[in-house]
Amino acid sequence: MLGILPVMVFVALWEGIAQLNMVPQYLFPPFSSVMMEFYHLVASGVLLDNLLSSLVRVIAGFLMGSVAGIVMGMGMGCKEVINKSFHPIFGLLYPIPALGWAPLLMIWIGIDEMLPITLIFLCSFFPVLYNTITGIKGVDKEVIKAAKTLGASDRKILTTVILPLAMPNIFTGLRLEAGMAWRVVIAAEMVAIPTGIGALMMKSESLLNVEVIIVCLMVLSVMCLAFERFFQYMEKKITREWV
Amino acid sequence: MPAIELRNIRNYVFSNLNMKVLDGELLVVLGPNGAGKTTLLNIMAGLVDYEGTVLFDGIPMDKISTNERHIGYLFQNLALFPHLDVFSNVGYSLRVKGRKKEEMARKVNELLRLMKIEHLKCRYPRNLSGGEKQRVALARALATSPKALLLDEPFNSLDTEMCKCLRREIRQVQKTMGITTVFVTHNLADAEEMGDRFAVLNNGKIQEVISRGIFLLQSGEDESDSPAKFHDCSQCTIGCHCTSIEQDYESADSPTYCLPTLMKS
Repeated sequence: MLGILPVMVFVALWEGIAQLNMVPQYLFPPFSSVMMEFYHLVASGVLLDNLLSSLVRVIAGFLMGSVAGIVMGMGMGCKEVINKSFHPIFGLLYPIPALGWAPLLMIWIGIDEMLPITLIFLCSFFPVLYNTITGIKGVDKEVIKAAKTLGASDRKILTTVILPLAMPNIFTGLRLEAGMAWRVVIAAEMVAIPTGIGALMMKSESLLNVEVIIVCLMVLSVMCLAFERFFQYMEKKITREWV
Repeated sequence: MPAIELRNIRNYVFSNLNMKVLDGELLVVLGPNGAGKTTLLNIMAGLVDYEGTVLFDGIPMDKISTNERHIGYLFQNLALFPHLDVFSNVGYSLRVKGRKKEEMARKVNELLRLMKIEHLKCRYPRNLSGGEKQRVALARALATSPKALLLDEPFNSLDTEMCKCLRREIRQVQKTMGITTVFVTHNLADAEEMGDRFAVLNNGKIQEVISRGIFLLQSGEDESDSPAKFHDCSQCTIGCHCTSIEQDYESADSPTYCLPTLMKS
């Protein structure tokens, strides 16, 4: 109840101020108009079509980036030679913001579906990579020794000891980047792709349709939150007994 | 034939170490911190690099990796798997070796019964007391029916009563199963209660090896010349003779230990 109350107060204030018409409603529409627009967008299927386009891009890019980050992180975390070989390269590439790659990727891969997917891949890869390395390097060496004395091969140690114990760190990376992936896809769609939530926002901007823009922002907010919460839930489910 | 034999062992701690552990015996290795006790066990387990030869039942182990040496190792900090419950911790070695679930359950339950921790099998290590963790770690080390059991100061974090109790239990389990055991400690009480033979290790060298009879005789009758006087005052759990110990305490380089007279000569 305490969590909902501030939201209800915020919505009431928003509705009240907008109804006073101090600012023209086409610039600052009341909450009720936004909800009406939300209903129309859902009923016409426009919102779901665009949401689905964005969702597919986010899932594809995020999945590829996360898997690549975890696999590479496992390699770099476990084998010092791999770490030393790749760390200088990744160290240089990591600080570049994902959207900074957009102009170059537009030239290299063109303006199509692969552009936002690649951007999300880049945005997910590095944080998951570094969190995986941190998680793996943080595993107690005595526990690894114990697994060896109990007859586990290196592969078994990796899958039954190192990886599970690195999970909290890996999930931290996933949780943080799940939200970031949505922010990146919206930005990519706004500048380069004709479908998706970002593209819908840009079209609405040219038509001065503020209600649709606000609906898109609300959807974006909910999706970011839902993705982050999903990974938070998974992390708790997997590690709650022992962390 | 000795169950474990170390020949001409050299590494960053040992210059030329030779040592034999007899079949089924419990050899206590006594020594101060930094003497090389843990390194000695790690060499037997193949966890550190070394030159020389380690033989188990006359078979050289030097080219055999740790996971194939069939040893049980009780680590100083126990190193239980925090993400596995007690049942899975104890059954880990059977699981990684691909044993059938029924066989694993039977063996694990048997060990849990032996260690009197059946009621804890669904708990995770973070919810166990020090003594319970100890029992789980021992059950886990015994799960694969090891050729040798290596115990690295496992009672350090326990209170006196728990320590006494576990010493007896471990000794009983070791005798019942007849496992060749090497137990390293700096605690005289642990050594006295558990050992069949005693080796004094200091500065990477075995200073002397004595039988239980001589050890008890020396510790009981003539403390001033006894390796058994090697003693960590902070860990003392049996009656010590503080006058002579204080004297040694002050003259020793390390503030924690009373070096045996034998070592000083």
